[in-house]
Amino acid sequence: MELKTKINAEKDKQELMITREFDLPVELLFKAYAEADIVEQWMGTKVLKLESKKYGSYQFETSNAQGNVVFKANGVIHEFVPNQKITRTFEMENTPFATQLEFLEFEKLTENTCKLNIHIIYKSLALRDQMLALPFAQGLNMAHNRLQDVVNQLK
Amino acid sequence: MNLRRDVFQAIADPTRRAILLLLASQAMTAGAIATNFDTARPTVSKHLQILTECALLEQKQNGREIYYTINAKNMKEVADFIEPFRKMWDDRFNKLEAIMKNYK
Repeated sequence: MELKTKINAEKDKQELMITREFDLPVELLFKAYAEADIVEQWMGTKVLKLESKKYGSYQFETSNAQGNVVFKANGVIHEFVPNQKITRTFEMENTPFATQLEFLEFEKLTENTCKLNIHIIYKSLALRDQMLALPFAQGLNMAHNRLQDVVNQLK
Repeated sequence: MNLRRDVFQAIADPTRRAILLLLASQAMTAGAIATNFDTARPTVSKHLQILTECALLEQKQNGREIYYTINAKNMKEVADFIEPFRKMWDDRFNKLEAIMKNYK
């Protein structure tokens, strides 16, 4: 099945565009970003704080099955215009990645469809490419772990 | 054809994949990379050499130290390395869409 999400990463630019169309009214898409309990559901992370307003800030935390915190992220909200846009920073804590700047635009297409544009600016081109490589490397590692599990069962 | 230059052969080895994973988030020296493995230092050097020959890694001189980083451009040869990133977001957005349909 073709992926509905498009990623545009130009070779020499330290930025990234993520676009996606949804079979949802724009109000519902925006709600999914604005309300903590909904963010928790689709991002799969615990939301410690989410102040959906200008000058607001947010904090996410994800724990593994053993209860250890494996991911912490936070940011501040610069612009918050309901059903139109959110401008915010995003920082992954305890990692070498620098804070990134995110412009989220919510666009109404029809009564029941909408589009999300996320424009992300990174501190450097190298950091952007490393961020892009992260799921690739994790994917490789997960595939390797699964392979290891299968092989262990054969022992 | 020099087999060493085959990127798929390069990533077929679990240690080399683990090295790529380490370097995905930061540049590291050979010594720092080696501390993450039980294998002997020369073995890790050999892996680094193979990954560098395949142009999956780049070396950057910083004073007396040589740092290794992922060569993202060449990683694209490996089954389009941007795809897992796209897949991650697509999965997330599919979930968002499914959840929000219940709010209609």
